[in-house]
Amino acid sequence: MVAISVDSPAESQKLCQSRGYTFPFLSDPGAETIRQYGVLHPKGGEGGKDIARPAEFLVDAAGTIRWVNLTDDIRVRARPESVLAAIDRL
Amino acid sequence: MKRRRNILSWAGFAVVLVALVSYIPFFALFPATRDVPWANYLLFLIGGALIAAGVRRAFRDPGHYRGKVAGSILGGLSALLIALFVVSVTYYSKQIPSAATALSVSRKAPPFVLADTAGNEISSAALLRDRRGLVLIFYRGYW
Repeated sequence: MVAISVDSPAESQKLCQSRGYTFPFLSDPGAETIRQYGVLHPKGGEGGKDIARPAEFLVDAAGTIRWVNLTDDIRVRARPESVLAAIDRL
Repeated sequence: MKRRRNILSWAGFAVVLVALVSYIPFFALFPATRDVPWANYLLFLIGGALIAAGVRRAFRDPGHYRGKVAGSILGGLSALLIALFVVSVTYYSKQIPSAATALSVSRKAPPFVLADTAGNEISSAALLRDRRGLVLIFYRGYW
């Protein structure tokens, strides 16, 4: 499991320390990967910066997308049990 | 006779403030109180009822209770704060682009190489090596 945002590594480091996250947080400052996955939120950030819309993908060992969760509300994200259920179906 | 302070209106306003500021640092941490913020709505209801009771006794029994003006102002202010919360959770938090552009199931996941918090370059190929799969969580970030 990895998290991806436009935040700098230093910003993500602060977030991980304050919240106690131990999985990798990756930095995509130019939003290239975010764009490739089709989850760009143009001008969604502070000062009109392009950011990611919230989204979760499950990729299998062959590199194929097997499950996607796309919320329509920034407050509502995938629940752990639905991610685990998708992993069980791999 | 000295008129008593109308504590109900002030207590109600305090509950409304707690309801407003508790969502992000507390109730949003748990999916059960995050997706539908019922705990905050309940607190707003309790706060509103206390203010209503305070204002009611101020107007019904002005000989004993103060707070006609203060209670009305607190009531109006609370109504505004509650409206702000409701509009935020029902409208503003839904202002994100459509999901139509996102890659769908059975498509190839584009490979990537991105820096982790220590500045090391991490590739999707390395993350998938010897594993059944990989969960990617895209999030808005703190900018």
